[in-house]
Amino acid sequence: MSTLEFTKEQMVLADPMLPTWFRVQCVRRETHDTFTLDLACQDGGGRFSFAPGQFNMLYVFGVGEVPISISGDPATKEIVVHTIRAVGAVTRAMRNLKRGDQVGVRGPFGSAWPVKEAVGRDIVIVTGGIGLAPLRPAFYHVLAHRNDYNRVVLLYGARTRDDILYRDELKLWRGELDLEVEVTVDSSVGRWRGNVGVVTKFIPRAEFDPGNTTALICGPEVMMRFTIQALVDRGVETRDIHVSMERNMKCAVGFCGHCQYGSKFICKDGPVFRFSEIEDIFGIREL
Amino acid sequence: MNFCNSNHASKVIDRQALDNLFGVLRSQSYTLFGPKVSDQAIVYDEIQATDDLPIGWTDEQDAGSYRLKKRDDQALFGYVVGPHSLKKYLFPPAQRLWQVSRDGEQIKLSPEPEDVVKRAFIAIRSCELHAMAIQAQVFTGGEFVDSTYDSRSRNTFTLAVNCGQAGNTCFCTSMNTGPEVTAGFDLALTEILDGARHEFLVEIGTELGAEVLNAVDFRDAEPEDQQTAKEIVNRATGQMGRSVDTTDIKDLLTRNHGNTRWDEVAERCLSCANCTMVCPTCFCSTVEDVTDLSGDNAERWRRWDSCFTMDFSYIAGGNVRTSTKSRYRQWMTHKLATWHDQFGTSGCVGCGRCITWCPVAIDITEEVAAIRRTDVAGATEPLKRGA
Amino acid sequence: MNAASMNALLAEHPFFDGIPPQYLDLIASAASEARYERRELIFHEGDEASVFHVMRRGKVAIEIFTPDRGPVAIETINTGEVLGWSWLIEPHRWHFDAQAIEPTEVIAIDAGKIRESMAADSALSNELLRRFVPIIVGRLQATRMQLLDLYHVDT
Repeated sequence: MSTLEFTKEQMVLADPMLPTWFRVQCVRRETHDTFTLDLACQDGGGRFSFAPGQFNMLYVFGVGEVPISISGDPATKEIVVHTIRAVGAVTRAMRNLKRGDQVGVRGPFGSAWPVKEAVGRDIVIVTGGIGLAPLRPAFYHVLAHRNDYNRVVLLYGARTRDDILYRDELKLWRGELDLEVEVTVDSSVGRWRGNVGVVTKFIPRAEFDPGNTTALICGPEVMMRFTIQALVDRGVETRDIHVSMERNMKCAVGFCGHCQYGSKFICKDGPVFRFSEIEDIFGIREL
Repeated sequence: MNFCNSNHASKVIDRQALDNLFGVLRSQSYTLFGPKVSDQAIVYDEIQATDDLPIGWTDEQDAGSYRLKKRDDQALFGYVVGPHSLKKYLFPPAQRLWQVSRDGEQIKLSPEPEDVVKRAFIAIRSCELHAMAIQAQVFTGGEFVDSTYDSRSRNTFTLAVNCGQAGNTCFCTSMNTGPEVTAGFDLALTEILDGARHEFLVEIGTELGAEVLNAVDFRDAEPEDQQTAKEIVNRATGQMGRSVDTTDIKDLLTRNHGNTRWDEVAERCLSCANCTMVCPTCFCSTVEDVTDLSGDNAERWRRWDSCFTMDFSYIAGGNVRTSTKSRYRQWMTHKLATWHDQFGTSGCVGCGRCITWCPVAIDITEEVAAIRRTDVAGATEPLKRGA
Repeated sequence: MNAASMNALLAEHPFFDGIPPQYLDLIASAASEARYERRELIFHEGDEASVFHVMRRGKVAIEIFTPDRGPVAIETINTGEVLGWSWLIEPHRWHFDAQAIEPTEVIAIDAGKIRESMAADSALSNELLRRFVPIIVGRLQATRMQLLDLYHVDT
């Protein structure tokens, strides 16, 4: 049994630029353009630890490497899960991977959702589109430690009914009596009898105590902007709001310069930021 | 780089001894890299002896202009910095990071072998030494260490030289990075050229420097030699062609992201990336993954990249910085302001290369002054309830 | 239901939070409870907007009927929200259909009565517009966000 386990300390010792090889366990279709990749360490016995919110650099042999947030359960160490949208050459190549294929992995990198800091508080998760993927590990953690938190609210917006991620799990979570889970779509096509409209619409009336809430947000920047404003309108302090940011990334360790966001490096200072720390620059265009 | 508070008194050597010193370094397996005339510019390249140096040459620099000119003496170091900087040795423009090959089920990753070349950097200016220290902070000073940079910077010998003159685009005095060499060298020279007298005052920075110097003929420096050397550096200080008021510069630039001066400079900027290529501290890179025709052998290469290119900020859906304005603002604000937050120093050493090598003569010192003149005081408003 | 209990029902709805008591009395006098079953039409595009609803419980879809796709939901209105503002603006006709998609309980308020009172009392008019305008603006913003198609990425 291998004891390969990535901790931050060990990452410093190992060369962070060198990938480790993982094997594809399965490729699951989520939506027409999104799929989930389960990876296991090469020898089958490795363990992989990460904190909710962190990401990996995934390399497809000869094609290239992209940053992908980890979207599995942080308590599961044997399998590393990524939900990926096929939007470029590398991610499209990943969609065509088969069980047994090998993928290069560097990571985990980056900051985490503040699930410890939020103990004893209400948790409000607001996500849009593929933004649910990087938040799912935090939600798993909260579910596994349900008694550590007060009210738990998950608000999720998707483009259409067919773009809803993790549909079965959402149904399951919606059925729980101690969770408030709302799903909405921007555009209703077909037989959808659920909510239509933007995800921010739930914020004014969701059940949470603004003064004792930790809010976790991930989605397109415009969606996050409106979400933050709605939370602030409810009385949530910007220091209690956490967002996950995205920028171009080549190295994930602060060398390549691509992910700079003001004085921050998304790769090592983020991707998860306390909003009060980036509030001054969040609205600056083309920063 | 070796830092050492040495108590060795300064020495004086002549040109023959300097040549011998090069020989000593070569005999210790160092490859020498120093200034050399090539393609009508003074660049860094491999050199063997003092004859390879740009003897009797100087450079005339201004915004968007660089010309070599003959001097009327035989000075070895009578010029300032050219388009190259030492970053090309420690952080190569193109560098393979690893190779990987696939044989059926078997994947074999081969990291690049550790770089064990011993490099002696010859005639290195104070601004260059500061630039090396700044890049070292980027690649080796944080949580992660870049192994290639680390191994390349480990086996170096630095023979610095004090500037006896400053160029028209120099502003190291504003950035506190020169012209006097103060740290980060093994040996530091000051060229004393006065009629028939041609000598070099040598300061010893490290034990290694002292050892190398011990292998050649020298004499102890007299107080007059020290005085002469001091005057030579002071002459350079007095000749700075440019200056920057750095007062409060971090806040000045971060609060001026909306200043219309950025639109004005963007009218001229070609977004050509020259400034980032010649800058001795710019560290941005991209990676390229390539395969051979069989598809079973792949390599990853790291290449210099520039925040002036459109694709630099690409994320699924589009580029973040589409306008030239935003890219120039990013470069200059990073260099002079946010670098302080990231690495504790300015990212600018005042070498003036970005001014000289800008094809449309954009001058970073002039841009700072313009922003200062039109300072838009007042930062972003915090979010308010019920807005 | 007596006036006092209708008054209480209205007072606990977020839309009327903090409204002066005399206006609450007035609105209560124009209000009645109503209940709609799943799939029941609440109002129909083109009909006179003679009533507006505050949602006590349930979910209502605002729909537009298209010849090729049938009814398309533009937005859903949930517990605690207000349904309809076409009654405020001439010609006082609904622009969309409203259909309950869950069992829905509302308070229906006679729009004609309220319009008359607003015409006679500019302070009441102000009070109600002050509450409606943010809702209208919010829905406009939401609609713009939907138009942006934020979650779509060109590939």
